[in-house]
Amino acid sequence: MSRRPYRRAVSTTSWWLARPRYIRYMAREVSCVFIGAYTAVVVVGLVRLSDGAAAWGAFLESLQAPVSVAFHLLALAFALYHTVTWFNVTPKAMPVQFGEAQLPGGVIIGAHYTGWALVSALVLFLAGV
Amino acid sequence: MNERHVDLEILRYDPETDEEPAFQTYRVPCQEDWVVLDAVNYVKDVLDRTLSYRWSCHMAVCGSCGMMINGEPMLSCKAFVRDMPDRIRIEPLANFPIERDLVVVTDDFMDKLASVKPYLIPREEKAIEDGAHVQTPAQLKKFKQYTLCINCTLCYAACPQYAHDQNFTGPAALALAHRYNLDSQDVGRGAREDVVASNAGIWECSFVGACSDVCPHEVDPAGAIQQTKIASTVDYFMGLLTPERDR
Repeated sequence: MSRRPYRRAVSTTSWWLARPRYIRYMAREVSCVFIGAYTAVVVVGLVRLSDGAAAWGAFLESLQAPVSVAFHLLALAFALYHTVTWFNVTPKAMPVQFGEAQLPGGVIIGAHYTGWALVSALVLFLAGV
Repeated sequence: MNERHVDLEILRYDPETDEEPAFQTYRVPCQEDWVVLDAVNYVKDVLDRTLSYRWSCHMAVCGSCGMMINGEPMLSCKAFVRDMPDRIRIEPLANFPIERDLVVVTDDFMDKLASVKPYLIPREEKAIEDGAHVQTPAQLKKFKQYTLCINCTLCYAACPQYAHDQNFTGPAALALAHRYNLDSQDVGRGAREDVVASNAGIWECSFVGACSDVCPHEVDPAGAIQQTKIASTVDYFMGLLTPERDR
């Protein structure tokens, strides 16, 4: 009897459509594109601000274009998706054990949201809002 | 007991005669309490004695009857036919070469498992007359979850990273390494580091998490790998701060 193991080909382009978990993973990964693009918009805004009041005003006006509003909503949706899914897995990556007891996952997730809220409040405070 | 007829589409491959695998369908009268393994056993016992597959315990302990069932890696002894549609597609575990029919070649996994030194490396050998090793329940709890791995390799079949890069050490081996690294009796973390913390080790994992979804014993290899990443990162920075630190 001869051995001739057969290796099945794996698609390099459509593998992620095979199951919902893979699609959710790709959505989380692709969120970096939108967050990166948003960061670029913010950098452009800073440059326009340094160019003077007229340039800054034109930049603010351009943000109100329907395409810009749609992009920002999309970027916000992906940023929220990334944040929620990432915080949801923190109990797996950072379990906390006290003696024989395990800190409930909800507490670890809640601590991350609390930290996020505190940092956001600090940024808003420093910005004078 | 009610009998229900189910069509099993089984991927067949005979290395001596077939150029590539092909599906063959068998109509099987299933009992209400049957799992997919019972239906496959019926094919072997009654319909076609040439079918090859692995199984042993029929109770989700031995880890040998893993198959792709309707595209999902599952232990066939744990997958109830009553939860399945009338057509069930059964394939060998994905991401492994097919030896014959539903039997896959797991040599690569075995090599990777051995490479992480999945055994206790004690600080010093202790003679039996010196008494038992002492471990508190709290120390046991740190790693007990990871001892439940039965090496069924469902996690490798679910992992897209392993599918695309067979150099990846993979979920079960890394979870087992984590199990021993967390054991208070073990001092082998440094000896495992070369494999575990390499590019082909934990850093190849992009946290898809499918391995933990399919694990029949909720070992959560994805969690183990992320914890190892954090520990390895802390090690790296501690190494920068204290170069002569004894690991």
